[in-house]
Amino acid sequence: MKVTIKDVEYIAKLARLEYSDEEKKTFTKQFNTILEYIDKLNELNTDDIEPLSHVIELSNVVREDEVKQSLPVEEVLKNAPSKTDTFFKVPKVIGGT
Amino acid sequence: MIAEQSDYSFIRKRLLNGDQSISSLVSDYLNKIQEHTHINAFIEVYDTWALEQADAIDALIRTGSQPELAGMVVAVKDNICIRSSKVTCASKMLESFEGLYDATVIKKLRDAGAVIIGKTNMDEFAMGSSTENSRFGVTRNPRNTDHVPGGSSGGSAAAVSAGMAVAAIGSDTGGSIRQPAAFTGVYGLKPTYGRVSRNGLVAFASSFDQIGPFARSVYDIALLLKIIAGHDPHDSTSASVPVPDYTGQLTKKIAGLKIGLPDEYFTDDLEEDVRPAIENSIQKLKDMGASIVSVSLPHTEYTIAAYYVLTTAEASSNLARYDGVRYSYRAQDAEDLTDMYTRSRSEGFGEEVKRRIMLGTFVLSSGYYDAYYRKAQKVRRLIKNDFDNVFSKVDCIITPTTPGTAFRLGEKIDDPLHMYLSDVYTTSANLAGIPGISVPCGYDRNGLPVGLQILGKQFDEQTLLNTAYALE
Amino acid sequence: MTTVAEGIQYEPVIGLEVHAQMLTESKAFCACSTQFGRKANHNVCPVCLGMPGVLPVLNKKLVEFIVLMGLATNCSITSRSIFARKNYFYPDLPKGYQISQYEEPICRNGFVEIDLPDGNRKKIGITRIHMEEDAGKSIHDQDEDTLIDINRCGVPLIEIVSEPDIRSAREAYLYLSKIKQIVTYLGICDGNMEEGSLRCDANVSVRKTGDEQFGTKTEVKNLNSFRYVEKALEYEIHRQIDLLESADHVVQETLLWDADNGIVVPMRSKEEAHDYRYFPDPDLVPVVVDEPWIAGIRERLPELPTERRDRFIEEYELPRYDADVLTVTRDLADYYEAALQPVKDGKEKSYKAVSNWVMGDVLRVANERAIEMDQFPISPEYIGELVTLIEDGTISGKIAKDVFEIMLEEQKSPAVIIQEKGMKQVSDTSEIEPVVQEILGKYPDQVAEYRGGKTKVLGFFVGQVMRATKGKANPQIVNDLIKKSLDAE
Repeated sequence: MKVTIKDVEYIAKLARLEYSDEEKKTFTKQFNTILEYIDKLNELNTDDIEPLSHVIELSNVVREDEVKQSLPVEEVLKNAPSKTDTFFKVPKVIGGT
Repeated sequence: MIAEQSDYSFIRKRLLNGDQSISSLVSDYLNKIQEHTHINAFIEVYDTWALEQADAIDALIRTGSQPELAGMVVAVKDNICIRSSKVTCASKMLESFEGLYDATVIKKLRDAGAVIIGKTNMDEFAMGSSTENSRFGVTRNPRNTDHVPGGSSGGSAAAVSAGMAVAAIGSDTGGSIRQPAAFTGVYGLKPTYGRVSRNGLVAFASSFDQIGPFARSVYDIALLLKIIAGHDPHDSTSASVPVPDYTGQLTKKIAGLKIGLPDEYFTDDLEEDVRPAIENSIQKLKDMGASIVSVSLPHTEYTIAAYYVLTTAEASSNLARYDGVRYSYRAQDAEDLTDMYTRSRSEGFGEEVKRRIMLGTFVLSSGYYDAYYRKAQKVRRLIKNDFDNVFSKVDCIITPTTPGTAFRLGEKIDDPLHMYLSDVYTTSANLAGIPGISVPCGYDRNGLPVGLQILGKQFDEQTLLNTAYALE
Repeated sequence: MTTVAEGIQYEPVIGLEVHAQMLTESKAFCACSTQFGRKANHNVCPVCLGMPGVLPVLNKKLVEFIVLMGLATNCSITSRSIFARKNYFYPDLPKGYQISQYEEPICRNGFVEIDLPDGNRKKIGITRIHMEEDAGKSIHDQDEDTLIDINRCGVPLIEIVSEPDIRSAREAYLYLSKIKQIVTYLGICDGNMEEGSLRCDANVSVRKTGDEQFGTKTEVKNLNSFRYVEKALEYEIHRQIDLLESADHVVQETLLWDADNGIVVPMRSKEEAHDYRYFPDPDLVPVVVDEPWIAGIRERLPELPTERRDRFIEEYELPRYDADVLTVTRDLADYYEAALQPVKDGKEKSYKAVSNWVMGDVLRVANERAIEMDQFPISPEYIGELVTLIEDGTISGKIAKDVFEIMLEEQKSPAVIIQEKGMKQVSDTSEIEPVVQEILGKYPDQVAEYRGGKTKVLGFFVGQVMRATKGKANPQIVNDLIKKSLDAE
């Protein structure tokens, strides 16, 4: 077993997801199957290989420092599940930031 | 009814002859969609808006102008943003979300005179290979409704296959255009990474995602690519490489073309039923003067593993914005902020999406980054190097698009790893950033379509199109 | 600094992380305005709102500003730097990640020099300076809910991370002042801590003097004014020493400075230990700053505060104190040098005289009116002219004060004011002599006192003559004429 239920709980917390106890068990099993498969990668020696982040060579894609029109506030808040006239509203944070 | 089995050239001829208006054409397609509701290809059909678009273009034509895509009736995957229109990504998370802007591809299509007829079904957030992971139900394969249309762009593929649109737009992160194209018997192209702007495409894995067309002919694919390709100042990863005249340079003359067949793609994994159609096509190309050589892509067996590490990592970050704060689903009566986050995301996302977010979060988390994420990035380079080596010897590569034809609904849904492995031939193009096209090339013994994949050098879509054209 | 407690000497070890908001017009990755004080959610577009499908495009000016800062702080500029995503959930962070730099930041291995109270200079190492975007604002003062304002999301920041080279709260203050001085000299940040354009977090530990190893550190946040930085660090240093003295140990934690109570309080948090899952941002391509680009930016590098201060001492022979005061801000130093223009062919005496005016009356008025130097009502050349007019005897120093007050209101050159108001100093003896005789005639008793040896009354006569001439008579000539008359008989 690569990961335990405890690991799954930690990852779920980081990702802001939750699973029932039953789901956790199934998930941990599935997760291990997938990770075992991924461990294939360790067959390869990659010591001298540079990681690849971008498949095409590009650099310095920039824009000039010019201001353009922002959205009307009604548009900004249009899809908000909870709002005031000008603010998004969320439940209080418990226990500080 | 002209929609049946018509490609764009046929339609355009009739339009220019004055035999049919665009609004009557669009009505035909809307009717066709009505007849095919059992396929469930669409999440939303623009009954009214499509006709409004059609009227506007008819009016333009009456003034003597001939927009390049007049009469091109296009279905769009529901992960591409259209202003003031719903963009659901087939997720409960975005069920009531409306786009605030048009994706660059939408702007380009509409500027060229295309009509957007509706938004197509897909696997939630483009994660899946069967269009079974949708909030709006499964899409069925028009060739056999007991089978999946493939995914994630299954709705777009089915729409074109069943003649519900002239063409469709999809997105391809690991085969999401090519695999459903193969399963439904149409053409589907994933362009080079950076060829088409991603602005307005809801991100799954940013360094893999590309938008591309589905169509019933190679010409239509070339035409659509010509319109949607090109640099976009809103997408830093879009390339400044000039866009060739793909249709003007389309030719069936492929004598002297060097085609590679990778040993690693013609193994026992390939279902016996698929092999003859592929081999038959290869023989045709040989007969037309292409030289066929066998090549090796030695890191092929690592593609799926590298692909799942990298795409899930990017996805875990890309999907963090769905938190119920500014838009997207929010769970009711949360106790506090963390509870709101956790419940909104757990209720709003489907199983497969959550599984991938979990995997991606894990491979980036403290202590695992080097072992998984960085390792996979290194393997990605090895895989890209494989292609660079092969393309120094051949002009393009031919492989099957998928190891088998369309599988049955429900067949793989409970076995994620098995499902992932069905992308074995398509993910490599996304890892290497190269273009790939799936070409219908025959049928298996049950009459299900077989797809042949042509892979090419970065920004050399023309060679893919010409090779496909030669086979048409 | 070493602090002695119970005979054991302790040494604090401090490193600062300073965030400076860049003075660009538009945000770091979208074209929304960075303007401060707009109504909530009015500087927002799909990109900074983190809508599905949007992509960031880097503001070129941010790169130029940070390279400028790197050059000004002796950093090496990374030829190929990349952006990373820092992942965490917070309602004022729309994308669920902050675009920042992690591996390969754009500036590395620099230093700044601070002037210690004992007159020595000390180098404080700079580990790195990187680009990032700001988050929005959460407003917690509602009863039920928290309100979110996205305006500040995406405003460009640079983060300047120092080496743990700082050894006292005072040094931390001096370092932070130096950073503020540099960013304002460069014109890349307004340096306003109260408005949050400059923010500071500190890593603090203490160890026994002579120890090689660092002690356990705490992170102190919320140091949002210059005053608090020193106070909060003093507090934290003593808190840690007290812990060690009482055989307790320092807990590695994040603390918030509570300015109202003058204490630090642990940040209460339900969050898991920070696991930011940094990885290269696939939406942004590398920034490659080549030599020609750096050279172009270097040309725009102004003279920096320390160099300018040293030049003032050297070139204008100013006392160290004057040079320090005059170079505190670039605007003030510019004002001083502009004021020197009319006296440029003069002597060192004039340089000091101009310094006295700028440090004295000019700064006094600027402080009273709480205005920046670029809004000061008297153009600097007029201050130089004023000094020239004193030195050539056109007006007395006393009249000059009056001219200064008039200039504040009328924005005219001193020469014009003197002309218009007839304030010119009278040096013509034939004009002054009758007044002298008149005064001497008016006070025969005092004349007698003088002649009886009580020469101190000379001052009395001078004062009377000056009053009679409304201050315009040249005091030296008045003095000479009175003396001559009194001594004559």
